[in-house]
Amino acid sequence: MATRKTAAKSNVSTDELLSYYRDMLLIRRFEEKAGQLYGMGLIGGFCHLYIGQEAVVVGLEAAAEEGDKRITSYRDHGHMLACGMDPNGVMAELTGREGGYSKGKGGSMHMFSKEKHFYGGHGIVGAQVPLGAGLAFADKYKENGRVTFTYFGDGAANQGQVYEAFNMAALWKLPVIFVIENNQYAMGTAQKRSTSTEEIHKRGEPFGIPGELVDGMNVLAVKDAGDKAVAHCREGKGPYILEIKTYRYRGHSMSDPAKYRTREEVQKMREERDPIEQVRGMLLKAEVGEDKLKEIDKEIKEIVNASADFSKESPEPALEELWTDIYADEIPQEVN
Amino acid sequence: MPRMTMIEAIRDAHVVAMEADPDVIVMGEDVGYFGGVFRCTAGLQKQFGVARCFDTPISELGIVGTGVGMAAYGLKPVIEIQFADYMYPGYDQLVSEAARLRYRSAGEFTCPMVVRMPTGGGIFGAQTHSQSPEALFTHVAGLKTVVPSTPADAKGLLLAAIADPDPVIFLEPKRLYNGPYDGHHDRPSVPWSKHPDGEVEAGHYTIPLGKARIVREGTDATLVTYGTMVHVALAAVEEAGIDVEVIDLRTLLPLDLETITASVCKTGRCVVLHEATLTSGYGAELAALIQQDCFYSLEAPILRVAGWDTPYPHAQEWDYFPGPARVRRALETVMKD
Ligand SMILES: Cc1ncc(C[n+]2csc(CCOP(=O)(O)OP(=O)(O)O)c2C)c(N)n1
Ligand SMILES: [Mg+2]
Repeated sequence: MATRKTAAKSNVSTDELLSYYRDMLLIRRFEEKAGQLYGMGLIGGFCHLYIGQEAVVVGLEAAAEEGDKRITSYRDHGHMLACGMDPNGVMAELTGREGGYSKGKGGSMHMFSKEKHFYGGHGIVGAQVPLGAGLAFADKYKENGRVTFTYFGDGAANQGQVYEAFNMAALWKLPVIFVIENNQYAMGTAQKRSTSTEEIHKRGEPFGIPGELVDGMNVLAVKDAGDKAVAHCREGKGPYILEIKTYRYRGHSMSDPAKYRTREEVQKMREERDPIEQVRGMLLKAEVGEDKLKEIDKEIKEIVNASADFSKESPEPALEELWTDIYADEIPQEVN
Repeated sequence: MPRMTMIEAIRDAHVVAMEADPDVIVMGEDVGYFGGVFRCTAGLQKQFGVARCFDTPISELGIVGTGVGMAAYGLKPVIEIQFADYMYPGYDQLVSEAARLRYRSAGEFTCPMVVRMPTGGGIFGAQTHSQSPEALFTHVAGLKTVVPSTPADAKGLLLAAIADPDPVIFLEPKRLYNGPYDGHHDRPSVPWSKHPDGEVEAGHYTIPLGKARIVREGTDATLVTYGTMVHVALAAVEEAGIDVEVIDLRTLLPLDLETITASVCKTGRCVVLHEATLTSGYGAELAALIQQDCFYSLEAPILRVAGWDTPYPHAQEWDYFPGPARVRRALETVMKD
């Protein structure tokens, strides 16, 4: 991470810091728990953890207002927790239970909440990007002043449909913020092996979309950048690109042999750049006592444990449930 | 004979083809440096160099499209689409370009390209990692479609596909990569090293496209299937205690109709089995062809056992998956009439 924006805001309040700390910690502990449940066989299949990237979504949610929308990829647990979705419903979807956000039918990668304006986790790389532009189109059409945060990865930034979406968003001046969560790897492929230019935020330039590079390990820098992008969109100036440099500590998904990077690289990032530790340091400096932080830790632990309990106790969906929600009307079909 | 997993057999086919023909190149997401998410291309970049085995961006449309161009020129691209479920962004290039180049140019240009993709469910992959889209390919004139069920077949069929002058879709049942899977998810899995079909000949050999294999001979009914379901079928037949002939198609297009109809005309009863969803699935094509050729020999209507017509669910996968119990029920039904 060569280029980096320093945290600009020195006037951040202790309460704000505390809320960032809390929200990031919730994601971290939730994901750790999901990893444990996976290890115990309670979660099966695909499960992409967000550990290390917490500051991205927490910083941007701090820049959002009620009614703003968000849409992302399969690495979606953090986004859901940060926008206020219920940890119980998220964890129960991971275990494939009726109490999950998609009644167990979607799994880790596919959850939604109309109430929280969360338009999903999407398993197909890049597919959510034009959808995000479409959501922003609808906001503009309704003239409601809302913006859409459209998240995708550095790897997804090579999908052709991303650039179709860029062109349309710029052409129609849509209030969409394209958030590139650049964790520097797409599965086992480092960015430089797949991407012709290092600076993905500049890929909007030919379309007339401004973009900037943001330090994604620093929640304050992310919040600042988010404020700027949101203001740009709300002023009717069209889309904005934020390339947020971040890092995932865990494997791509749960079955990742991790042979494509060194353990030292990961260790160094954790020790020197951890987003939660950075805020923790600021809080201690602001004379928030260890006690207060311990209290938050405890509160988070309880929420996460409760979600794990719920995700085990909630029953599997009834078999008939598999035939619901395919069409508005049920279409009778042969079952063999 | 050496024993291999299906992964190793596929990798071996790549090595044999690349050694024999410098125009064979291998590309796809994570296939080079990393060796493929399922390891089917492990070590190829090291052995053959980065010019011949390389990583692509996550750009399926671009991957297939550049492949068509390379093939039109005369190279032999062997492409990996990481999961069949990720093929849709590249589907336009397969249908509109790859499949039709020969026809459109009156034979002057061709597309000798292989597109490999892991297919099928049984791995808790939910709706974007479990699909069986073979009918989307067999429906397109100009594409050939292959689905192996054993390591030995995978290698021989892949070598035949690479040698083929036309575009071949090579669907690898990912549930079979490490061992045969009979649908009994609660029983310990058998590795290929303990299965006779894990024996794979060294060096070059091919299994011709369009030649089915009778996996089990029988007289009472015929079970026509392919891919993972071959192993499910064998388990179901044992459990049902009926003397069923089991046919593994190996290639869906071209189709070895002769072997199928000879069997059905002999047994008079037929069940068609696939993992893919029922409606407009490949089983419908099979049932239509079989009734046409075997109408006067049939003792009972042909039955299809297939995936339910829903998106592939995350929960209840073992009910959703057309396992031995469902196959057995269908066999018992065709035997009743
Ligand atoms: C169309 C499509 N191609 C390939 C995949 C397989 N795949 C899933 S995630 C991934 C890497 C994506 O990397 P990036 O966009 O950087 O996101 P990250 O996982 O790092 O968050 C790949 C290749 C897919 N899901 N969809
Ligand atoms: Mg990435």
